[in-house]
Amino acid sequence: MIDDFILNALIAGVLIALIAGPLGCFMVWRKMAYFGDTISHSALMGVALGIAFDSQNPLIMIGTCSAIAMFLLFLQRDNRFSSDTILGILAHSALSIGIILISMMDNFRTDMMYYLVGDILGITEENIYTIGGVAVLCGVCLYFIWRDLLSLTVHQDLAHTEGVKVQRVKIMYMLLIAFLVAVALKVIGVLLITALMIIPAAAARSISKKPLQMIAFSAIAGVVAVFSGIMASSQWDVPTGPAIVLSATVLFLLGRFTSRA
Amino acid sequence: MDSNAGPLIKLNNVSKIYHKSPVLEDVSFSVNRGETVTLIGPNGAGKSTLMKISLGILDATSGEIERENDITIGYMPQKVMIDEVLPLSVKDFLYLRPRTSYDDVAKALETVSLSRMADQPVQSASGGEMQRILLARAILGEADLLVLDEPVQGIDIMGQQEIYGLIAKIRDKTGCGVLMISHDLHLVMASTDQVLCLNRHICCRGTPEFVKDNPEYHALMGRPMEGIAIYNHHHSEGHDHKYHGHDHSKDQQDD
Repeated sequence: MIDDFILNALIAGVLIALIAGPLGCFMVWRKMAYFGDTISHSALMGVALGIAFDSQNPLIMIGTCSAIAMFLLFLQRDNRFSSDTILGILAHSALSIGIILISMMDNFRTDMMYYLVGDILGITEENIYTIGGVAVLCGVCLYFIWRDLLSLTVHQDLAHTEGVKVQRVKIMYMLLIAFLVAVALKVIGVLLITALMIIPAAAARSISKKPLQMIAFSAIAGVVAVFSGIMASSQWDVPTGPAIVLSATVLFLLGRFTSRA
Repeated sequence: MDSNAGPLIKLNNVSKIYHKSPVLEDVSFSVNRGETVTLIGPNGAGKSTLMKISLGILDATSGEIERENDITIGYMPQKVMIDEVLPLSVKDFLYLRPRTSYDDVAKALETVSLSRMADQPVQSASGGEMQRILLARAILGEADLLVLDEPVQGIDIMGQQEIYGLIAKIRDKTGCGVLMISHDLHLVMASTDQVLCLNRHICCRGTPEFVKDNPEYHALMGRPMEGIAIYNHHHSEGHDHKYHGHDHSKDQQDD
């Protein structure tokens, strides 16, 4: 029999992986891995806010992550700095602010490690509902924008000329990432969320011939990684987040060596 | 000049300023159905900027752009690099155009004689093939206006003639208007109705025959047909003349 808390972890992890992979494909295609990192690092500020207000309301996390995503969009309008530089500044500043704020909280009793690499034992039924809701929302949104998003990924001006609402689709995509990061934090932690988006997508590349195939395979790879990671974690008592990430890495290496050998 | 009823697109006195320096000054032109307008000019003359303004990708600093209502525009950008990390076949690249069917895609590929590449990865296309693929994408959706940014870039002379021929054929068949950028006047002469010589402002304009013999054109582009032509040769032809600065009185005369 599987323990209840492991079952909760599995459900939550699978729900997140189903969305993280597909979102991650676009992140890989658009070379935006650093963007994911920035959002997830800034999620720690959301944690701090939650502690400050003594509230578990997921809207605090979602709001913080979305606000950072939009702030980024605003900062990127300054052409003097490459988007890489701006992301680097924001990612590490946000992480630092988060860590300082949390360390200042009097009513803070948990180990900071949980926020950095995930707190799989702490997943409640309520968390699962939140994660499920966000996963469904992200899935539905992605279903509607994926073709436009792909088109502007290939060539933005061409997409614009063909009637794609470039700016709107870009903002929606950034918000989807922010939403996912906000709810995935508890499962895999701020340092490792991006890995759950990037690695399954990269693993799917070597066996895919079409964009949609890669999206589907990345979701499957993510689910497999979450499943084996959580099982390995409970078996050998190692931190869950890193176990999930390394499982994904194994999948990536398998794909890499079998397809091009 | 082009005051006939109903141009597909019409630009009136369009200017664009980037970082306080003018990139385009008082550019006016229009493209009618069935007409080919070719933009020619040196690097940095503002050709691509003018195209992006025509397409609505960039905003003009001043001036007006009138597009006929609900026209479909087919755009062929200058360079499209698709990363290997995206698994995309030629067919699926074309299918990205909204409101397209795979039937339309197959027809467009046939028009550019690339049906055999439909299932190949788009990254495997050579320079010349990629230009044809982009042309196919532009003609999908039965464009009323084709806007082509250096359609023969990176193609050998034989291939260039083929592409220009293909564009002329598509225009004659569908009656669409064509606005394109070219480097070589001689290659596009046969299929062009109007040439605009651009160097921030329009230096001269007219039929290809007229522009070909125009000193402004030679001052701008040098003489491509004379292999060793050096600017010094043209002093007597009014080389200095051109660099009098921004000769606004002249622009006004043109209008």
